Amino acid sequence: MPEDNLVLVEGLRKWFPKHTSLLDRFLGMEREYVHAVDGVSFAIRRGEVFGLVGESGSGKTTTGRAILGLTPPTEGRVIFDDVDLTALDKTSLRKMRRRMQVIFQDPMASLNPRMSLGEAIGYGLRIHFPQLSSDERRDRVTGMLDKVGLSPANYFYNRFPHQLSGGQRQRAVIARALVTQPELVLADEPIAMADVSVRALLLDLMNRLKREFNLTYLFITHDLATAKYICDRIGIMYLGKLVEVAPLRELYTYPLHPYTQALLAAVPIPDPHRRRTKPMPKGEIPNPIHPPAGCRFHPRCPLAQDICSAEEPPLVELRPGHTVACHFAEQFLP
Amino acid sequence: MSNQKETLVQVRDLSVTYHTRLGPLSAVDHVSFDIYKGEILGVVGESGCGKSTMGKALMRLIMPPGEISSGHIIFDGEDVMQYDQKQLRDFRGRRISMIFQDPMTSLNPVQRVDEHLIEAIQVHEPQTPVEAALRRARTLIEKLGIQKERLRDYPHQLSGGMRQRVMIGLGLVLNADLIVADEATTSLDVIVEAKLLDEFKKLRDEFNLTILMITHNIALIAQIADRIMVMYAGQVAEIGDVTEVFDHPRHPYTEGLLRSVPNIELDEREELYKMGGEPPNLSRPPAGCRFHPRCAQAMPICAQREPELTEISPGRFVHCWLYQDHPQEVAHA
Repeated sequence: MPEDNLVLVEGLRKWFPKHTSLLDRFLGMEREYVHAVDGVSFAIRRGEVFGLVGESGSGKTTTGRAILGLTPPTEGRVIFDDVDLTALDKTSLRKMRRRMQVIFQDPMASLNPRMSLGEAIGYGLRIHFPQLSSDERRDRVTGMLDKVGLSPANYFYNRFPHQLSGGQRQRAVIARALVTQPELVLADEPIAMADVSVRALLLDLMNRLKREFNLTYLFITHDLATAKYICDRIGIMYLGKLVEVAPLRELYTYPLHPYTQALLAAVPIPDPHRRRTKPMPKGEIPNPIHPPAGCRFHPRCPLAQDICSAEEPPLVELRPGHTVACHFAEQFLP
Repeated sequence: MSNQKETLVQVRDLSVTYHTRLGPLSAVDHVSFDIYKGEILGVVGESGCGKSTMGKALMRLIMPPGEISSGHIIFDGEDVMQYDQKQLRDFRGRRISMIFQDPMTSLNPVQRVDEHLIEAIQVHEPQTPVEAALRRARTLIEKLGIQKERLRDYPHQLSGGMRQRVMIGLGLVLNADLIVADEATTSLDVIVEAKLLDEFKKLRDEFNLTILMITHNIALIAQIADRIMVMYAGQVAEIGDVTEVFDHPRHPYTEGLLRSVPNIELDEREELYKMGGEPPNLSRPPAGCRFHPRCAQAMPICAQREPELTEISPGRFVHCWLYQDHPQEVAHA
């Protein structure tokens, strides 16, 4: 049975040119590039929450932005519901954009401080549904405010961002993203700034809205502990590459890539009886301008052999639905 | 752990008030606790609970419109509140030193790493020659896992983890007795953070350092601290041994907080506890116990009178009416 894929990412590459001085160019210095995303392929199934997890600089945010067409890829294709987004012109791309929305980390930066919530949330409707009357628009906005828990909606309709708490602001951002009835929502660290007691509420809200509106989420996070409470499948990124993709439980129980294993071991457990004793990999995530040859994790990997610096391991399926890019992952198979 | 705990700092009745346009705001409200020599005391709470302000107040770093409006800080037998500016300068750095969250804004971008360290030494010990200071800087930086060649680097040439190690080095270079680490690992990735935590433990064991670890990340405290202090709305909610508090939280806020922390080891889809409401506005805190509007176990008295921080078992303090006698006249009102 073929999978029902909403998004298909094929060989996605995004290189950002590094600034070079005029003198360097005169001297014929070769232009350098930041290899932010360097050949990533995966699929997001309709109705699932796909988590992209990685440390800063792993390319997870750039991947998300490229999927939404917010940044043109250097190479590769993004296919959204059988339409190749990378081949679309601006007008058609804008039409497709209605079907995808985004929630960023910092709600204060995502909301215009001079717009009331009603205006801010209604703005997208104005653009994507110009045929709506102002009354219809208002109804949709207040309906959405209720759905995200900003009640009484008529009260919040006229509030400004600075009058809200952090948690309420993020709810407003969620309302704005969902009011245009998208199918795909890119949530980039949507709860990273919220306090613990608010996080649980926001996760619950996102789960509830997903069921109610049949949404598909691309959930980007650095936090594997949080990802566990919302994701169905997870892709682990390291230095512009996808190193492992697996369903949630599978990944947490049988992590096959040494990097995934280190990442899981590093997550602090809120239990003083379970203090970590496992040592962490040496070094830090290297410079993406000159990524290491072969497997990008090899300089830090405890298992590294000669082959790892010479040959890049491909993503292979070692267990059903579980792919990993490592020359020596077989030894971790249960 | 020995039973004979030596007290390094006694904080008594400490309050910090900010004078805002909307009136006075009690960011830290009558906080009392001890810090023992050689321990790691974790201070946790959500944003706005006063944990950072409390840390700054320990160094007397509160600037107008804020002020320390009451209390004493007894550091190794001396009252820091009585110090004049000269004594304070010597106290900061030599006895107590602080590591902040963001190393990029705390380090001077046009100063090399060694210059930072030498400056710190020479400000406090002007008689130290540069070579001696450099030697000390070199030994320390290697202990922190940075090659000594990197001493000539500027901050922007270092990775985030290394920058934070330099910050820790600046905190340690004068052999301060107490390190206040305020969200010191928050901006780092998990693997780098885990490595720094190992570093903190090593330093504590090696130099018998005392560390006050202020963070919103409760899981970190479970991993590293000996004791934990939970703060809510400018007050202490609960203090105790870290395993005791995690195993049997007494204050309803502590309980809710611990149950809302994501745990990677629990079964997936296990529901996180969802605490209603949000922390109060401190310019108009709720009457009585500041937590009562969000508390599932609130009683009539909670809205009327503030409980006292009570020692319910040795070393275990709770600020809640559930654990103390109710005054007669209110209970029967």
